Amino acid sequence: MAKINIKTKIEITDGVLIPGRDDASLFSAWRIAFYGAIFMLILLPVLSPKPYWDLLKFVPDGILRTFQVTILSIFFALVIGLIIGLGRISRNVFINRISTVYVEVIRGIPLLVQLFYIYYALAKFVRISDITSAVIAIAICYGAYISEIFRAGIQSIPKGQMEAALALGFTRTQAIFRIVLPQTLKVVLPPIGNEFIALLKDSSLVSILAVSDLLRRGREFASTSFDYFETYTMIAIIYLILTLFFSRLVAIMEERMKTDAKQS
Amino acid sequence: MPSRVKVINVSKNFDDVIALKNVSLEVKKGDVFFIIGSSGSGKSTLLRCINRLENVSSGDIWIEEDLVTGPKANIRLIREETGMVFQSFNLFPHLTVIENITLAPRIVKKTDPKEAEENARILLKRVGLSDKEKAYPEQLSGGQQQRVAIARALAMNPKVILFDEPTSALDPEMTKEVLDVMLDLAKEGMTMIVVSHEMGFAKAAATKVVYMDDAEVIEMGTPDEIFNHPKKERTQRFLKNVLRA
Repeated sequence: MAKINIKTKIEITDGVLIPGRDDASLFSAWRIAFYGAIFMLILLPVLSPKPYWDLLKFVPDGILRTFQVTILSIFFALVIGLIIGLGRISRNVFINRISTVYVEVIRGIPLLVQLFYIYYALAKFVRISDITSAVIAIAICYGAYISEIFRAGIQSIPKGQMEAALALGFTRTQAIFRIVLPQTLKVVLPPIGNEFIALLKDSSLVSILAVSDLLRRGREFASTSFDYFETYTMIAIIYLILTLFFSRLVAIMEERMKTDAKQS
Repeated sequence: MPSRVKVINVSKNFDDVIALKNVSLEVKKGDVFFIIGSSGSGKSTLLRCINRLENVSSGDIWIEEDLVTGPKANIRLIREETGMVFQSFNLFPHLTVIENITLAPRIVKKTDPKEAEENARILLKRVGLSDKEKAYPEQLSGGQQQRVAIARALAMNPKVILFDEPTSALDPEMTKEVLDVMLDLAKEGMTMIVVSHEMGFAKAAATKVVYMDDAEVIEMGTPDEIFNHPKKERTQRFLKNVLRA
């Protein structure tokens, strides 16, 4: 059979589209979506303050809770991701295998199931509060994905860097922390930014555990006012604004890293 | 003269490929020891066994009184004592020139940062790059980068420096500036083991030349013996080919 030469590589991220510089036109997809959402956010309460304005006054602490869960989770996910990522490149067979199994297992179980598992299933042994469960579950799950980013980032650094460091007398650990990891920062930041946005969206799953995040607050509002359509329209708009805002931030960061690299 | 590096009957296999076959050689203090031969003849592997970037399959390597190949060898100490200069420079791109030079003394040798910097400035002057200490590697030409790499190796005050095709990635102009620095080192009595295709430089600077082919040492001698009166037929053929090119 002839060997097939694959020339096209498809790259898709599960986060929102990160706008590139070439997308600078006035009517870029990002601008249409972002300003459209802001326009709706203002227009709807002005046109019909009854459910919309009341809802906007009702949800801000939900937004804060969403941020709280997101930031705590991404922090611990980064810690776990770095540790597991280093474990994945470890030459110690035992550590290497454990890390790999961790990634395989965690990535094979839906986040929602993991949330239930930690909050409900583990309640048989320990009682963990809802927010703590949420943060633990998300951090464990995203830690597995982020570890792959760290692993790929570390492996993208030319072998000669490690060799030069070893030849100078560094230990492997010193070489990784002093030479290799600092260089991976530029490589891993954009995909980690992507994971952050994906995590922000996935944090809505915690509303199921009675964590009063943005989605949960919306649900609470709708369950008394019965304005389901209006409520979830607004909630969707708010999520959209948040994720688009952060995607822009990631894009700017990425752009700045590129120019930094050129200057230095 | 005491010997600096002694390679005794070293063999090295990568799976089923033989990279080194019973190689023995002795490098004396102050030697500029050239290893020549075509690509894939095991020259680089030999260098990498001397600082244990590779492990030998059998045989012994000594650096003065330290057995490099022993199971209890202090690998870090051995690497401190052997500087290495790579074909692709391998400077650390996230560090400035002076940081590249001072990092290993500071971290590995625990040298006082001030002292390490003073020493680095002396070395930069020696390789003619005093004005580049704040530059990043990518702002330098290949020749300049390789000179920084030499300064970086010197900063550890090694007993021997291993040069692994140091000029193969450089164009002729830059090759000269690197070779000039190496020539200065040779004159100062630095012990050097050099894998290189620069035959002219070997003739001018080498104290000893080894010709390797097919994982084996074919012939060893002074530059005059090897270049002007090679005894073995394989050496003659190799030299005819490279010198004509």
